[in-house]
Amino acid sequence: MSFPLLTVTAAVPALGAVATAAVPAARRTVAKWLALLFSLATLALAAVQLARFDTGAAGPFQLTESHAWIKDFGVRYELGVDGIAVVLVALTALLIPFVILAGWHDADPLEEARPNRRWRPTQGFFALILLVEAMVVISFEATDVFVFYIFFEAMLIPMYFLIGGFGDRAGEHGEEETAARRSHAAVKFLLYNLAGGLIMLAAVIGLYVVTAHQTGDGTFSLQEIIRARADGRLDMASSTERLLFLGFFFAFAVKAPLWPLHTWLPNAMGESTAPVAVLITAVVDKVGTFAMLRFCIQLFPEASKWATPVIMVLAVVSILYGALLAVAQRDIKRLVAYASISHFGFIILGIFAMTTQGQSGATLYMVNHGISTAALMLVAGFLISRRGSRLIADYGGVQKVAPVLAGTFLVGGLATLSLPGLAPFVSEFLVLVGTFSRYPALGIIATVGIVLAALYVLVLYQRTMTGPVKAEVRAMPDLKVRELVVVAPLIALLVFLGVYPKPLTEIVNPAVKHTMSQVDKTDPRPDVPVRAATDKDASHEEASHEEAEAAK
Amino acid sequence: MENLIGLLVAAPLLGAAVLLCGGKRLDRVGHWLGTLLAAASFVIGAVLFADMLGRSGEHRALHTHLFSWVPVGGFRADVAFQLDQLSMTFVLLITGVGTLIHLYSVGYMEHDERRRRFFGYLNLFLAAMVLLVIADNYLLLYVGWEGVGLASYLLIGFWQHKPSAATAAKKAFIVNRVGDMGLSIAIMLMFTTFGTFAFGPVLSSAGDAGEGKLTAIGLMLLLAACGKSAQVPLQSWLGDAMEGPTPVSALIHAATMVTAGVYLITRSGAIFNAAPDAQTAVVTVGAVTLLFGAIVGCAKDDIKKALAGSTMSQIGYMILAAGLGPIGYVFAIMHLVTHGFFKAGLFLGAGSVMHGMNDEVDMRKYGGLRKYMPVTFVTFGLGYLAIIGFPGLSGFFSKDKIIEAAFAKGGTEGWILGGAALLGAAITAYYMTRVMLMTFFGEKRWVPDADGNEPHPHESPKTMTIPMIILALGSLGAGAVFSINDTFLKWLEPVTGHAEGHSPVSALTVTIATMAVLVIGVAIAWSQYGRRPVPAVAPRGSLLTRAARRDLLQDDFNHVVLVRGGEQLTRGLVQIDHTLVDGAVNGTATAVGGLSGRLRRFQNGYARSYAVSMFGGAAVLIAATLLMRAV
Repeated sequence: MSFPLLTVTAAVPALGAVATAAVPAARRTVAKWLALLFSLATLALAAVQLARFDTGAAGPFQLTESHAWIKDFGVRYELGVDGIAVVLVALTALLIPFVILAGWHDADPLEEARPNRRWRPTQGFFALILLVEAMVVISFEATDVFVFYIFFEAMLIPMYFLIGGFGDRAGEHGEEETAARRSHAAVKFLLYNLAGGLIMLAAVIGLYVVTAHQTGDGTFSLQEIIRARADGRLDMASSTERLLFLGFFFAFAVKAPLWPLHTWLPNAMGESTAPVAVLITAVVDKVGTFAMLRFCIQLFPEASKWATPVIMVLAVVSILYGALLAVAQRDIKRLVAYASISHFGFIILGIFAMTTQGQSGATLYMVNHGISTAALMLVAGFLISRRGSRLIADYGGVQKVAPVLAGTFLVGGLATLSLPGLAPFVSEFLVLVGTFSRYPALGIIATVGIVLAALYVLVLYQRTMTGPVKAEVRAMPDLKVRELVVVAPLIALLVFLGVYPKPLTEIVNPAVKHTMSQVDKTDPRPDVPVRAATDKDASHEEASHEEAEAAK
Repeated sequence: MENLIGLLVAAPLLGAAVLLCGGKRLDRVGHWLGTLLAAASFVIGAVLFADMLGRSGEHRALHTHLFSWVPVGGFRADVAFQLDQLSMTFVLLITGVGTLIHLYSVGYMEHDERRRRFFGYLNLFLAAMVLLVIADNYLLLYVGWEGVGLASYLLIGFWQHKPSAATAAKKAFIVNRVGDMGLSIAIMLMFTTFGTFAFGPVLSSAGDAGEGKLTAIGLMLLLAACGKSAQVPLQSWLGDAMEGPTPVSALIHAATMVTAGVYLITRSGAIFNAAPDAQTAVVTVGAVTLLFGAIVGCAKDDIKKALAGSTMSQIGYMILAAGLGPIGYVFAIMHLVTHGFFKAGLFLGAGSVMHGMNDEVDMRKYGGLRKYMPVTFVTFGLGYLAIIGFPGLSGFFSKDKIIEAAFAKGGTEGWILGGAALLGAAITAYYMTRVMLMTFFGEKRWVPDADGNEPHPHESPKTMTIPMIILALGSLGAGAVFSINDTFLKWLEPVTGHAEGHSPVSALTVTIATMAVLVIGVAIAWSQYGRRPVPAVAPRGSLLTRAARRDLLQDDFNHVVLVRGGEQLTRGLVQIDHTLVDGAVNGTATAVGGLSGRLRRFQNGYARSYAVSMFGGAAVLIAATLLMRAV
């Protein structure tokens, strides 16, 4: 049996969570370093996954593991990654060390707190982060619907504690009010996602019943279901397929989040600490959009096409609505949350445009949005921790006293508004092109989002960073070394992936090709195909592809 | 030779990276480093130019492919460059004027503590602008296009502590983004129409596509050009952009960046040639803007804003020429280059005046400065003569050709366009004479400022005057050099194509008419500002004057329609999000799940207990599944 790389990649952070939680109360620093170490080990494993991933392989899934689990229900412990999953595992593993490092002091006990041996918030904070990482990683890797479902849902528990248990110190409303708001946000998060999860559970059971009924052998295995459908053993009635699709989609749309199921996100991101907010939007929410690509479209291709028009419209509404609300926010973190809603609209738009550019763009978007939001939000967190306020109006002229902080904040903002040259531009443009080539009107409306993005980012920058220096800001220190270590690599990555995204597109493209073949869609052809360069290149690529396959 | 092309961008980009990330250590040498790298880029450009001259017209273009940028299915964007005569012209203008302005800034920004950063931004601008003109496909052009927008944003807002500068910077970026939307959509249209957006294949097969598609692409490109080149209706940002340091106004907001729209239209000539409706839109925008800018320029007392109105107007001429098709492309670019010289020179002169006048920009507080700043006076004067089209100077040749071409458009359209261009020439003569008289002639009108410091006007240091002198020489001779033997025409024709129009009026008549309106414009200005002393406080003025002072109410319009409307909309949406969307979802959840009772409990602080019970539930579920397996 080969080395179970995928299991280990998920198990390491889980082990790390246990180890971190077990550190004695007085050894907080040890717990932090331990957590960081485990997250780095996970990153190394994700890098090994990337390295071992073969972009020319024939099958859709690689590094697969498969074991019988619950025989009576056909549940198998099946893992495998395609190009989309492997880059998202890498994104998760990449961001967690930064989240841990950025939140280094977020869970330190207050000085005036009574010494209490049994209450170990610091250990808990980092253990929970690692636990979330483990669950997210395995959600990306699972190819069995049931396994996916368990971890998709279980993720809510550590997230709930992270949102409800840790927040910014003393907000503008006072300690008690802040705690109440925090707990309200955590509950809202939980309820929304539980509701989605329950509906999905019904659909998961329904899927089992349908497969059991038709093939005689109930299964949750994605590959098995795809095979059964291909050779005609499984032929769902379209009404059944649609119902099941909706059950799955609802859960993912809550998680993603898609308008109008988005309102939990601003509360959750606003009330939690910046690193946890990054965890929510850059990591956990990606499971929702990822699952649309992997499960909704591949399990229910016909229903996906049936629902596409409505979903596309909702996605465009999300883009504009999120952006407009971001413009109106007075709270930095809520602004970033609404901006994320707008960005998730783009991701969903790309997925359901059902074009190569749209889906590749959406996948890249997930990665790039993760990095850019992390950069913007973590710097915002550093800013907020210095002044003790999330309100935009409490800042002004920071650029003068803390130029490095302001500079990195600006770069994060420019990435958020998809400036060409930075990574998000590539994915956003791909999504727009992919959408436009099938739905020109929606593509054009979505393009308005780029103007609104400039508006909310630059208004935020202007109000916080420029102008006369506010008295409360005057003594603000610039970024410390630890903070710079968090931000600098993220910015470097944004630049690198903006200039040279090819390593990513090469991994993602075959997976998107496979997904597109599941829904039986091909890209629209241009009106006046230009003979000269492009056709020759295309055939050349085909040839080199065949060569690669022949070589094996 | 091809390998050198990338260095044109790499040299200033390196400068930007080093200067912006280098930290305080570089404060003492940073400005010279930036200037050196700008000059390096110019030298490389000159070497490539010499090489290019060695080949015949059709074989001058160089192509180089660096790497595949975004390959996704049929979508292929490459980082690849194309250096033909059109690009070369821009490269020399950008790096040449750019280097001079770097040099000027060494003196101008001497006392600014953030001078290193200023040069970093200037280098960034050069890199992006060169990228814009040497890209071989529209998506890479887009990178340069927004890159210059970013540099412009950073430089307009360079004095960020001034709220007006920060606001102006933001405004410029956002208005430009509206234009960028046009560029995005144009590229998407090209992709769906041709399956590519590289210059070569798109432009060579433009004729095969339907006229409707081409018109749509053309209009979207025009929208992009309107944003970057401050043409009506996206003109509102340029006046405010004068908040930036004056060298920035000279380089970015006069000589180079704002002319990118003209480049875009000329480059896409093949598309416009096959889309007459789009061309009509282009000439309309050009004609309206050339009058709009000129009228605004007449009413401004702020020397930089008067020049900004003039820039808008002159670019209007170029856009007009570019919209005329093959009869105008060459002259659009020729005017662009001569304008690059004289307008950069005028701005540097204005900067020199401000430098000597404690940063005063109000021309009503100048007067008689020719005695105090002779070099500035002479160089500014040459720029002035060039822009009004004084016979023999640069502007005379290039503008005259555009007016001729406008008439040559033929039909009623030709008469309207030609008439607008002539009228514009008269107004140009008027407002530039006004600037000249108010600044350098008459009695001194300056007074001590609030702190009691009286300005002591003086000539600027050598680092500033040398660039001014070089640009003045360009204003003096460039037009003649370009026109002798139709040098410039022959140089560009292989790229842009050229056709002689059929003008209803002879070239001589046009020249005479142009001279006549020039004299009229100068005479009116003389009678108002030369014969009589200039009042230190602006008179109330006519309705038109007052409107022109407020940029013909552009901001009032935008404020009422866009800003107020937008505020109402977003505020309304916040309310809706809070009550309606959130409420509806919660309400549904409550109704469906009967959760209201529990909800209340959570809010009373029982949340933890619930989560624990959920965790317990999950644990039971997992235990049960494991158990099932065991059984």
